[in-house]
Amino acid sequence: MTWTSGLSSTSPDAVLKRVHLEAWGRLLSLLVVRTRRLDLAEDALGEAFARAAAHWSSDGVPANPAGWLYTTAYRQLVGWLRAEAVAARKAPLLAVRPDWVPPEESVDALSDERLQLILLCCHPALPPASRSALAMRLVLGTPTEQIARLFLVAPSAMAARITRAKKKIALAGIPLGAPADAELRARLDEVCRTVYLGFTAGYTPAAGPDLLRADLAGEAVRLAALLHGLVPEAPQAQAMLALLLLQHSRRDARQEGGQLVTLARQDRAKWHRDEIEAGLQLVATVPRGDGYAEELRLQALIAAEHARAPAAAATDWAAIAGRYADLEAHTGSPIVRLNRAVAVAEVEGPRAGLSLLEGLDGRIADNHRLPSVRAELARRAGDIELARAHYTQAIELCANGPEREHLLRRRAEL
Amino acid sequence: MKYFVLLAGYGERRPWDELSAEEQAGELEKHQKFDAACGAKQGVEVLSSEALGDGSMATTLRTRGGEMTITDGPFAEAAEHIGGYYLLEAPDIDTVIELCRLLPAYDMDIRPVLDLS
Repeated sequence: MTWTSGLSSTSPDAVLKRVHLEAWGRLLSLLVVRTRRLDLAEDALGEAFARAAAHWSSDGVPANPAGWLYTTAYRQLVGWLRAEAVAARKAPLLAVRPDWVPPEESVDALSDERLQLILLCCHPALPPASRSALAMRLVLGTPTEQIARLFLVAPSAMAARITRAKKKIALAGIPLGAPADAELRARLDEVCRTVYLGFTAGYTPAAGPDLLRADLAGEAVRLAALLHGLVPEAPQAQAMLALLLLQHSRRDARQEGGQLVTLARQDRAKWHRDEIEAGLQLVATVPRGDGYAEELRLQALIAAEHARAPAAAATDWAAIAGRYADLEAHTGSPIVRLNRAVAVAEVEGPRAGLSLLEGLDGRIADNHRLPSVRAELARRAGDIELARAHYTQAIELCANGPEREHLLRRRAEL
Repeated sequence: MKYFVLLAGYGERRPWDELSAEEQAGELEKHQKFDAACGAKQGVEVLSSEALGDGSMATTLRTRGGEMTITDGPFAEAAEHIGGYYLLEAPDIDTVIELCRLLPAYDMDIRPVLDLS
């Protein structure tokens, strides 16, 4: 077991933190596939980490920290299973696919079972709002309080949501094991949608100091990287990771003094160049395809155009408008049309953008974005009265505090 | 595990009574294919299956304050279109979902049967 090799610091706390970051998901998925008890496995691993914190500072860090944690958790789990057997309580085992085989028992041959765990967490029979949370909790070991903060719900509500989802997995018989190829593709799409939902939650503006929760959106990037590592050939996983790397690379420039900073006004020196390079390299390798993978690829190519531009004024808007046209043809989405109109306005002028927005009324549900984009374009076209009317409509429709303030400011500036 | 598959709604299909004789035969054939596939699949068994009278034939009992009232049913509008059920033994929900693709395109609800012993 060499997952924690190359440690730079050997203090017990530092090692524990590192093992948690690097090995939680592998350890938990192994415990789950060996015992088929999701509930107990998570508790046992948590217990093992708590014991490690107590023991390692007095007894020293073991030679193989991850192995120590696995053995401790496994013994704990077996103890609980025995107690259950004595008390003759029945708890459901996780279901398994008919062709499923348990992993080898040899500790040296610990296999990577995280894909099974991810597919379990992202099963379409689970509520979409629970899937990302569950995947972060189980696969990454993200604390429930942090997941709650990411999704802007109370910690108790998030804990209940995660518990309900785990219960449904066991009772409804959502099985361990990867489905056959044709279905695996659909299931991986589902995983990517789940990861993306978790990522965007971090960039949903909130009130107060939690305007953006980019640090927690980073958990979704970790999930995407992990998924890509597990199924490197899957185009949707490649495109998803590229997209998230490119979008997340801008995190430090996206807010300043409690205000959102739009792409055009961001200080590009604050962008993470190494992540941009990784994203650009990755997106170039994704083959043209279809379905959700292609949607993600086109989105990543758009993000790549922005990332490449050394200054906002140097943005290749014609290329972006072309990508949006492809994306609109692929998805038929009115939101994509909206974004395309913005790009076209940059190339052909605000009037061209405005005319692309015709016919979108009523197609973008409860959203202030259509009138606010119209207002911005009308303003650029010099039509102040039209801009004012659209700002007013946007302000009425906008329920989000910081964004509403931004719109009020823009109207006052007219 | 045991699963209860409720044929809960017509979906995009028309009610049984409005189908032509050929269409009805086509639907029945799908049920037969489903039965055959269940029989052929390891670990799967149809334990019970029935078609049910529609909502207009339902009788609803409700007890409030200890008093039972009997009314014309069904108890909820959504239950109007329940057409029948399958009770299956199956290893997991993915197996059930895969088999249900063979049935006519009802809206279906899959529920695990709880073991209360």
